[in-house]
Amino acid sequence: MNFNATNLARAHEIVAQYPHAKSAILPLAHLAQDQDGWLSPEAMREIAEIVGVTPAEVLGTCSFYTMFKRTPCGKYLVSVCTNVTCLVLGGPEILEHLQDRYATDPDVTVEEVECLAACGNAPSMQVNYEYHEHLNPDLAAAVVDDYKSGTLSARTISGGRA
Amino acid sequence: MTATETRLVTARLRERPQDSWTMEGFLASGGYTALRQALGMDAATIGPEVVGPSGLRGRGGAGFPAATKWSFLPPDSFPRYLVVNGDEGEPSTFKDRMLVELDPHQLIEGIAIASYAIGCNQAFVYLRGEFALGYERLTQAIKDAHAGGFLGRDIQGSGFDLEIVVHRGAGAYICGEETALLESLEGERGMPRIRPPFPAIAGLYAKPTVVNNVETLSTLPHILQMGGAKYGELGVNKSTGTRIFSLSGHVKRPGNYEVELGITFRDLIESPELGGGVPDGRKVKFFIPGGASSQWLTGSDEHLDAPLDMDFVQQTYSVMLGSGAVMVYDETTNPVLVAWRLAKFFAHESCGKCTPCREGAGWVEKVLYRMSHGQGRPNDLDLLFDVGNSISPGVVNAPFTQTTICPLGPSVVSSVASLHRYFRDEVVEMCSNRSPSIPVRAS
Repeated sequence: MNFNATNLARAHEIVAQYPHAKSAILPLAHLAQDQDGWLSPEAMREIAEIVGVTPAEVLGTCSFYTMFKRTPCGKYLVSVCTNVTCLVLGGPEILEHLQDRYATDPDVTVEEVECLAACGNAPSMQVNYEYHEHLNPDLAAAVVDDYKSGTLSARTISGGRA
Repeated sequence: MTATETRLVTARLRERPQDSWTMEGFLASGGYTALRQALGMDAATIGPEVVGPSGLRGRGGAGFPAATKWSFLPPDSFPRYLVVNGDEGEPSTFKDRMLVELDPHQLIEGIAIASYAIGCNQAFVYLRGEFALGYERLTQAIKDAHAGGFLGRDIQGSGFDLEIVVHRGAGAYICGEETALLESLEGERGMPRIRPPFPAIAGLYAKPTVVNNVETLSTLPHILQMGGAKYGELGVNKSTGTRIFSLSGHVKRPGNYEVELGITFRDLIESPELGGGVPDGRKVKFFIPGGASSQWLTGSDEHLDAPLDMDFVQQTYSVMLGSGAVMVYDETTNPVLVAWRLAKFFAHESCGKCTPCREGAGWVEKVLYRMSHGQGRPNDLDLLFDVGNSISPGVVNAPFTQTTICPLGPSVVSSVASLHRYFRDEVVEMCSNRSPSIPVRAS
């Protein structure tokens, strides 16, 4: 992978915003992930070159953060909250239902996440970081299916807009 | 009298749901007048003469007086930075997300006022990575503010310059801790730093830095407009003003409510204009008053009638108002299950730098897992105490002693201490009826 021309220009703009280039590692990793659908070793090498550190340093930083997917994942990243408010209002049941339903679907990656700051409308989940609230297992599956059918237009994998 | 909201910070987003986040909506409802007012004042007086008398305390969790924090900056050291903590991740807290998504210009105005007051020309907003919509709205608002002359060079002809960079996190709760946040902003793993030096002396890029929460800064325009002393009349004792409480769990009307400090937990949970009470006529069994890191309170009259006063609840019940998240659980709730899920959260989010937290959180989680899944043993609560004592010696005596660099370690034992204090009999009873089956664990 390499940044395409638009994103490479964007990458240099981002670096220029910071007094120290290394600060741009997180935003550049988001940018790479939005372009490719995951954060590949090649992308991390390119980021290292752009910000002037070693690839190991970029990996060292990126491996700390759960939003960076260092192995390929589905087109739709479904993040289901099961933290303490969703826990008592049905979050775990939604997670289980979606994990079963999309177990063999390569387009859908279902993950359990910590509190999404949507507790007022719990239980909730995100699909590519778009919020969906007031759910139950069937409604949640319908939302994912709407993305798959194109009824809902999805953000890119790090929550950007293509 | 029925408790109601006192809307300052949330007034615009409630009154203009159609366009509160746009420049048009903001300007039409008095936006940026407080900034103009501030720019007409001597910058050095804003902290001590306006924000100081308001009694404003940090809304992120620690409740430290904002003007005092600003005053720690060394007088002649530049550049200096303002860093906005928008990495809201404390379980069941959802106020900052609302403020960023629905009123980003109010935050920008607060940032500009604070930056002018402390003499900084570069601010960074560390925004939680998952807030995709908030990121879009805030970056657009910054562009519009530039176009309107409220950011950039020579703001409103005052000679004051300010740039704001929005920096997205990437899914790490610990980055809400201010020194971990600074590490993350520098492109490192988000691990807390040992203090001293404090950020005011050597923070971002080892320069003097103030870290303020989104809600704290969003309150500033209102303090400027009302006058510090007038704002300070709101609230109770040293908990002045209003705060946004994120109410969730077993209540009829969960949501964010901005109330004057000093009303009671019962007001917040039961008032028909606020929480509306527990559904289906059930009663409150317990509630967590200040985010996952706080100890719990129960549905007793004494606890429900306690005032929302940061110092009172700390001194009387060893709990904190923290991030302003109030989670309510009814009689059907198994407190051990809630304690386990909290432990699982902390075990997952421990950054791994300090051994007591990294190892201890994992053990607390494992023991609580078996207890909450029918495999508890009669002495498990004591075992938890043993582990808890290794993280925070004297585990039941809050504020907890700390063996770790940051407070995440001690937070792990809050629920253990709460189980011991309020539910010991229930827990021991549960653990003496061990299920014969072995629980299967997915991960």
